[in-house]
Amino acid sequence: MTISRPSPLSELLQGVAPWDEETARQILATHGGLEGPLLPILHALQEAFGHVPRAAVPLIAEHLNLSRAEVLGVVSFYQDFREAPPGRHVLKLCRAEACQSMGAVALAADVLGRLELDWGGTTADGALTVEAAFCLGLCACAPAALLDGEPLARLTPPLLAQVTDALAAEAVA
Amino acid sequence: MTRLYLPCDAAAVALGADQVMRVLEREAAARGLTLDVIRTGTRGAVWLEPLLEVETPEGRIGYGPVTTADVVGLLDTGMLTGGDHPKRIGRPEDHPWFARQTRLTFARCGIVDPASVEDYRAHGGYAGLDRALAAEGPVIIDEVKLSGLRGRGGAGFPTGIKWNTVALAQADRKYIVCNADEGDSGTFADRMLMEGDPLSLIEGMTIAAVAVGATKGFIYTRSEYPHAIRALNRAIAAAQRAGYLGADIQGSGHAFDIEVRMGAGAYICGEETSLLDSLEGKRGMVRAKPPLPAIQGLFGKPTVVNNVLSLASVPWIMANGAAAYAALGMGRSLGTLPVQLAGNVARGGLIELPFGVSLREIVEDWGQGTRTGRPFRAVQVGGPLGAYFPDAMLDTPLDYEAFAKAGGLLGHGGVTVFDDSVDLAAQARFAFEFCAHESCGKCTPCRIGAVRGVEVMDRITAGVDLDRNFAVLDDLCELMTDASLCAMGGLTPVPVRSALTHFPEDFDRARHLPAAAE
Ligand SMILES: Cc1cc2nc3c(=O)[nH]c(=O)nc-3n(C[C@H](O)[C@H](O)[C@H](O)COP(=O)(O)O)c2cc1C
Ligand code: SF4
Ligand code: FES
Repeated sequence: MTISRPSPLSELLQGVAPWDEETARQILATHGGLEGPLLPILHALQEAFGHVPRAAVPLIAEHLNLSRAEVLGVVSFYQDFREAPPGRHVLKLCRAEACQSMGAVALAADVLGRLELDWGGTTADGALTVEAAFCLGLCACAPAALLDGEPLARLTPPLLAQVTDALAAEAVA
Repeated sequence: MTRLYLPCDAAAVALGADQVMRVLEREAAARGLTLDVIRTGTRGAVWLEPLLEVETPEGRIGYGPVTTADVVGLLDTGMLTGGDHPKRIGRPEDHPWFARQTRLTFARCGIVDPASVEDYRAHGGYAGLDRALAAEGPVIIDEVKLSGLRGRGGAGFPTGIKWNTVALAQADRKYIVCNADEGDSGTFADRMLMEGDPLSLIEGMTIAAVAVGATKGFIYTRSEYPHAIRALNRAIAAAQRAGYLGADIQGSGHAFDIEVRMGAGAYICGEETSLLDSLEGKRGMVRAKPPLPAIQGLFGKPTVVNNVLSLASVPWIMANGAAAYAALGMGRSLGTLPVQLAGNVARGGLIELPFGVSLREIVEDWGQGTRTGRPFRAVQVGGPLGAYFPDAMLDTPLDYEAFAKAGGLLGHGGVTVFDDSVDLAAQARFAFEFCAHESCGKCTPCRIGAVRGVEVMDRITAGVDLDRNFAVLDDLCELMTDASLCAMGGLTPVPVRSALTHFPEDFDRARHLPAAAE
C-alpha cells in the first residue's frame, strides 16, 4: 500500500543530503548580504540536511566571526533546530489549550503510546518523528497538527491512526 | 466562464479545501466546463470551511461547509448559477454570522486574491498610503494617535505614541519590525490576515515607515506558519513589482523594503526585545527595559515593533479618518477587536467587532454552544497567560480596562471555550508547565518558579499536605507576579489564580477522596 497524498516536505526529506561541506559553504555564501544572517542560515542548513550538523558549527562560527560556543548556544536555544536527522515524515502535534479543549491530551497519549514514542522521538522504521507544538493557529478546528507542513484538523485517535498507519505502510512498500 | 472563490487559508485546507478543488477540477473537465477558481484567504467562519463561493449577478453566493462528496450534487443542482442546495448560505455578507460584524481590518480578507495588487486596490487598498504620502510624518502620527489605536499584541500600548518616539529619535537608520510571532494559543488572526490580505500589513508597515523615516522592515513570524510565509513572500514580490516597495515608493522619494524572517519554535520570541535579539541572530533572551526598542531597538537603531493587527489597522484609519475609527468602541478601547473564537465551540472563527461587546454575546450568539454539545464550563481569554472565566463572568465587556478589573486580560483577543469535561487544576498545572518549557531563563522567579509550580500542583492534585501546599502556591504566584522580568513569568499566575478562584472545586477534589497514600 502506498499513500497518494503528495507532500512537499516528504520530497524534500527524500532529498535530504548527507553532510557535505561544499553545500554548507554555498549556503553560507548565499546568505552573505543579510542583516542578522544566523537564523536564516540555520534554517537553510536544516532544510538541506534535515538537521544542523555539528560539523557545520565551526564553519558558521568562522564565517560570522562568532565563537563556536555562541553558535551552539543559539542552535540549542531554539526548539526547531535538530541535532540529528528526523524520520522521513514529521508530525507536529499541537499540545496547547484550544486543542486541549477538544481532546488533544488523549490524542497525544494515544499516538505516542501506539508508536511507543516520547515527544521528539522517531519510530524504529524511521518513518515518522512526532514533535510537540504549542499552537498552529488552527484553534477553531482543533485538535490540529502539521504533517510535513500540511495542516490537519479536527483529529481523533482513529483518524490520526489512519495517517500514521499509512506512513508506516509506505515505509514497508 | 464561471468564477468561483475557494479559500487556501491553512484552516480551510486542513478542513479539505484542496481536495474539494481537485474534485471540482475533475468534474468540470468531465462536463466540459471552464471554471476560473480564485484561491482567497478565509472570511473567518472556520465552521463553514471550506466555503465555496460563486459569482452571480446577485453577488457572490456561498456554499459551506463543502465536502468532496458534495461537489457532484452542487454542480447538478445548479450551484454555478447560485442554485439551491442544503449547503447554500446565500450571500455571505448577509448571513447573520457576518452581517453583525464590523469588518475594518478584515474587510478584504477572504474576498480578494491575496497576491494581487490590482485586486487590493480595487477593494480600497492603498488609499491610506496615498493619503500618507501626500501628508507629512507628523500628520500621519497625529491621525494614528487620534484614532485611539492601541497595540493588538497584548499590552495595549498606544501605537501613535510609540511611532512618535521613533520619529523623534535621530539615527542614520530606523526599522519597522512586525511582530507576527502569534504564539498565544487560541489566536489565529495574524495568520489569517497574512494569508488572506497580506498587502494590508505591507501597506500598514509602509505607512509606518513614511511616518517615522524608516527604510527597512522585517516581518518576524513563526515556523508553524508555512502558508503565511508563502503568502507574504508572494505579496511582497507583487508590491515590489508594482512600485509599492523599493527605492522610490510611487515616485515619492521614500525608500522602504520588507523581508520575512522565520522564528524557530520559541514562544518567548514574541516578546519584543527577545524578538529583536532573535532577528539579530542571538538566543531569544529578554532585554531589560530601558532602553526602549523605540530608541535602541534592532541593531541598536530606533525601531517600531508592532503586532500584525496594529499595523494592518492603520490603512483603514488613514483612508477613513481617525474620527471614524475612534467613534467605535468603549472607554479607552477604541475601534474594533478581531476576536478569535476557538476550542470547543460549535461556530468558531474570527469575529471583528467594536470593543465593548460582552463575552457572552461572543460565546453564545456567535459560538452557539460547544462543539461536543456538552454544557459550557469555562473560557480562557487572551492566550496561555490569560484568565479562565466561568459562566457568571461572561457579561464582562471586551475592553482592556474591564478585563484588567476582572483579573484577566484581553491579550491578542483569543477566546478559548471549554465544556464541562475540563479539569481546571490540570489547566493550572499546564500553565506552569508551559512557562517552564518556554522561559528564556534570564530571571529566577520564572525559570525556577515555573518548575516549582508544576511540583506544587502535582502535590495538590495528589492531596498531599493541602493547606501547606495551597500556601506555597499562593506565595509562588505572588513572587512570580512581582519579581519576573517580563510578562511570561509575570502573568503565568493569571491562569493559575483565576482557575483556583473561580473553580476551587477542581483543586479541592483530593480533600474529598479517601486519605491519600502517604
Ligand atoms: C511572553 C510574551 C509573548 C508575546 N508574544 C507576542 C506575540 O506573539 N505577538 C505580539 O504581537 N506580541 C507579543 N507580545 C507583546 C510584545 O512584547 C509587544 O508588546 C508587542 O509586539 C508590541 O506591539 P503592539 O503595540 O502593536 O501590540 C508578547 C509579550 C510577552 C511578554
Ligand atoms: S520572566 Fe521568564 S521569560 Fe521573562 S525574562 Fe524572566 S525568565 Fe525570561
Ligand atoms: S491551540 Fe492548537 S492550534 Fe492553536
